[in-house]
Amino acid sequence: MTTLNKVVVDCSTGEETIIPLTAEEITQMEADALAFAAQQEEADQAAAALAALKASAKAKLIAGAPLTAEEADTLVI
Amino acid sequence: MATTFTKIASITVGLGGTSSIDFTSIPQTYTDLVLKTSVRTGRGTVNDALAVKLNSSTTGYSSREVTYDNGNVPSYTDLFGAGYNLNTQGNGTTSNTFSNQEIYIPNYTGSAHKSFSSESVVENNGSDARVEIMASLWSNTSPITSIILSSYTGNGLLQHSTATLYGISNS
Repeated sequence: MTTLNKVVVDCSTGEETIIPLTAEEITQMEADALAFAAQQEEADQAAAALAALKASAKAKLIAGAPLTAEEADTLVI
Repeated sequence: MATTFTKIASITVGLGGTSSIDFTSIPQTYTDLVLKTSVRTGRGTVNDALAVKLNSSTTGYSSREVTYDNGNVPSYTDLFGAGYNLNTQGNGTTSNTFSNQEIYIPNYTGSAHKSFSSESVVENNGSDARVEIMASLWSNTSPITSIILSSYTGNGLLQHSTATLYGISNS
């Protein structure tokens, strides 16, 4: 973990300062991390579900078995 | 047609790293903005996410991306209800390497919603790496006066990471 500060540059003056994060900024940072983790989890689950559907569709095609509508959607645009 | 490319400000992260890089009081005298970054975060993985907040906002972003991920086929993904971010490099990659990003924001002073594009690449001597391009929209009518960069996972930006903001004028 890096230091809990921020590097701020005022583009109108070029002045660069290092400022400790406020409690609100730390809270926001933690909320961002949680939001990212939740988003990543959702994306991972969606990808796993799609992969499972594709695998099932492929197996059924090979076996000559009928596909569900969901499985067909993974093959037909 | 852009005729100038002017450096507005540049930051290099010093010893100990930082939680974020903040560009404030961005001049409203250019037509477009370009942000170029070289970033490595403290996350102990190959990939991380670089959060980009325009005017400190975490809402109103939507994107479509094309990603080439770890040798797999390109994917097309809807993104980001909680904020805008693009791929960056964690601390689990080859030592002393950094990812690169570029964000192009046209008409940043206007009162229309802001469309912008970005691209990023991770550098890693291993089996995992990622490259992506994104087309994005920030549904907000405010002129852009500040940009904040941080690790979306809260792991900070490591020493020697850099960010340079350029202004482009159409005359």
